[in-house]
Amino acid sequence: MRPITKNGLKRRQKLDHAKESFWRRYVFSVDHKMIGKQYLITGLLMTLVGGFLAFSFRHQLAWPGESVPLIGPIGPDQYNAFVTMHGTIMVFWVAMPILLSGFGNFLLPLMVGAPDMAFPRLNGMSYWVFFLSTVVLIASFFVPGGAASGGWTSYPPLSAEPGYTGVFWGGHLWILAVALEFTSMLMGGINFLTTTISMRAKGMSFFRLPIFVWMINIASLLFLFSVGPLIAGALMLLADRLLGTGFYLPASGGDPLLFQHLFWFFGHPEVYVLLLPSLGILAEIFPVFSRKPLFGYKAIIYSTIVAGILSFLVWAHHQFISGIDPRLAAPFSVTTILISVPFAIMLFAFIATLWRGSIQFSTGMLFALGMIAEFMVGGVTGIFNGSSAADIYLHDTYFVVAHFHFTLFPVTFLGAFAGIYYWFPKMVGRFLNETWGKVHFWVTTLSFNVVFLPMFVMGLAGHQRRIFDPTLFDYLQKHQYLHVIATIGMMVMFAGQIPFVINFVVSLFRGRRADRNPWSAATLEWVAPSPPGHGNFDTELRVVRGPYEYSLPGQQKDWLGQTE
Amino acid sequence: MLHWLPENISTYGHRIDGILQAIAWIVGVWFLLVEAVLFYFLIRYRRRPGVSATYQPGTKWRPLLWLLVPAILILGFDLGIDFMQGPVWTEIKQSLPQPDQTIRIKGRQFVWEFTHPGRDGRLDTADDILATNQLTVPINTKIQFELQSADVIHSLWIPNLRLKQDAVPGRTIPGWFEATKEGTFPVACAELCGSGHGVMKGEMRVLNAANYQKWLEEETKIGSR
Repeated sequence: MRPITKNGLKRRQKLDHAKESFWRRYVFSVDHKMIGKQYLITGLLMTLVGGFLAFSFRHQLAWPGESVPLIGPIGPDQYNAFVTMHGTIMVFWVAMPILLSGFGNFLLPLMVGAPDMAFPRLNGMSYWVFFLSTVVLIASFFVPGGAASGGWTSYPPLSAEPGYTGVFWGGHLWILAVALEFTSMLMGGINFLTTTISMRAKGMSFFRLPIFVWMINIASLLFLFSVGPLIAGALMLLADRLLGTGFYLPASGGDPLLFQHLFWFFGHPEVYVLLLPSLGILAEIFPVFSRKPLFGYKAIIYSTIVAGILSFLVWAHHQFISGIDPRLAAPFSVTTILISVPFAIMLFAFIATLWRGSIQFSTGMLFALGMIAEFMVGGVTGIFNGSSAADIYLHDTYFVVAHFHFTLFPVTFLGAFAGIYYWFPKMVGRFLNETWGKVHFWVTTLSFNVVFLPMFVMGLAGHQRRIFDPTLFDYLQKHQYLHVIATIGMMVMFAGQIPFVINFVVSLFRGRRADRNPWSAATLEWVAPSPPGHGNFDTELRVVRGPYEYSLPGQQKDWLGQTE
Repeated sequence: MLHWLPENISTYGHRIDGILQAIAWIVGVWFLLVEAVLFYFLIRYRRRPGVSATYQPGTKWRPLLWLLVPAILILGFDLGIDFMQGPVWTEIKQSLPQPDQTIRIKGRQFVWEFTHPGRDGRLDTADDILATNQLTVPINTKIQFELQSADVIHSLWIPNLRLKQDAVPGRTIPGWFEATKEGTFPVACAELCGSGHGVMKGEMRVLNAANYQKWLEEETKIGSR
């Protein structure tokens, strides 16, 4: 552990923004806060791309064959490409950069009491590699043959042999973009871990770290351990496409299922790479707005570690009916369903935090509460898919689509919005407008249910995924009205983001000014100025207590900061 | 919930439906309970002037029991679901019964090819009946299928039978079903297989014994012409 010395503090403050050029400050920055904001903004902009793709194919599903505004009617090839790219973008270019890199970069050094990341230049490079990956991905829409269309899971042989989809360059670029994105996230993960281990302020022991820091570190570890096999898998896929090898092609002695194992060995931990930072955001917001310590701090940490380990032992639940040995179903079904136990403990701990609290419904808190209430739907419906017998029927139907959107949407968007409304004062020194924030919350959350609840029904009715025109199947026609409801719900949801965008832009310049600690929160980031300068803290830090000391008996004010 | 499902016409389908129903009850009750507690807390402990929060970090064993006891209950329900659903999986996918008839099903971009044994009841003989996108089976007969793919991964999806199985190129994957109702039922592909994935559809006709014999005769006549 290396506490910040007085000299170190001075050295850092010399690097303050005033002396930096525009390029150094806003573009090729090495300041973790600016890099965090860059990730956040890039992720939010990519949401527009991913959202527009969703709008296009949902329009097609509700009114097949009709012209989609701005791009005209979409055919089956385009439909497949849009579905593929929507999934890819939302997972790798929205959820990961916003939750892990965006909030992680901005908050982690502030929360551990460090002046910056351990490797600021590596951090800057990580963003620019990510930016490059974004450019490659967007470019893949415009090459001959169009973007990749083999699904976001990119199962071979469909993805390994360009002849099967007619997509040549699009597929290569997809693999290249994903590889670059992973490289960037690896650099970020190394930084998170090193910073947490070696840059904590004096007195900041591991069990005084905010849960968010724990979550970012466990998520980084999960990513580091799981991504290797997928990179190997992706390289073999690229070799099959470019060099004529046959790793996944049976005609050349390969095996298509190999890729599925490698992909899902990564894929399930990846879900938690997205989920954990979001739960971390929740864990920071709940105590502040209920004025209570986080209930069961250590129980949450141990549960997370158990869930993280289990997440490496469940991957074949995506493959129950893929042709693997049917005897594998039982062990993977057991591990999958067991994973509900650590998450139940976390969930109960969050709810217990509210017990006998003094709950204030700020916009950040509303989004955090919305996330937990909606995520539960995704959690319990996972039990159906985790049961191998039930999965025979539900696999690859809209039930699965509804299930994972009920997990990933609350995690990604409600979690991110909670964090944005809560930390905006720290990021820019101004508040977002609370009234418009509440409008944003209610429209987003309610319309989200209108989009995805009907999909559970469609899935139960046997509606298979990824077909571009459900009206071609007689047995789906009586449920076509549900597609219309879902699509209209989505339009309302998108319209509901307009107040957010306006609020965000206006508040950047005109929002009410915030002081250092506008929410009376106890964690270290609120000790720094709003917004913090390049060296973060203008005082020397000496941490003497845990992060969630609210409503201690016998105190005048209802909280004690970590340094008090 | 089950009324949303299409009619079940296989011997084992009702067991899958039963699992769906049982899980729905278990997780449904838990879900409502937890949401109810959450919303109760939100109303009961909303901020009011003069009322402050209670310091409760949940570090001692006694308060932690509020987490651990429900978690242990959940563990019990989890294992219950595992034990309940395991045998259903085994019956459907693992222990294949002695078949009355064997057919071959091959997925190909973007059609299903069904090879029926002809009158001799055996595959790979001269009287095999090949049909594209149309599967014909006799009622109340244990049918074993050999599932194959000619190109990419497809997934045989017959909702009324509660039957889904991926077809993987390079492998022959066995499976079985027994239909219990006459009629015509949809067959689809559930795994993204390319631009025609959404038009890869067929139908399954379940015929009674007499009609099945008649169909066999007709097909054989066409075949020998």
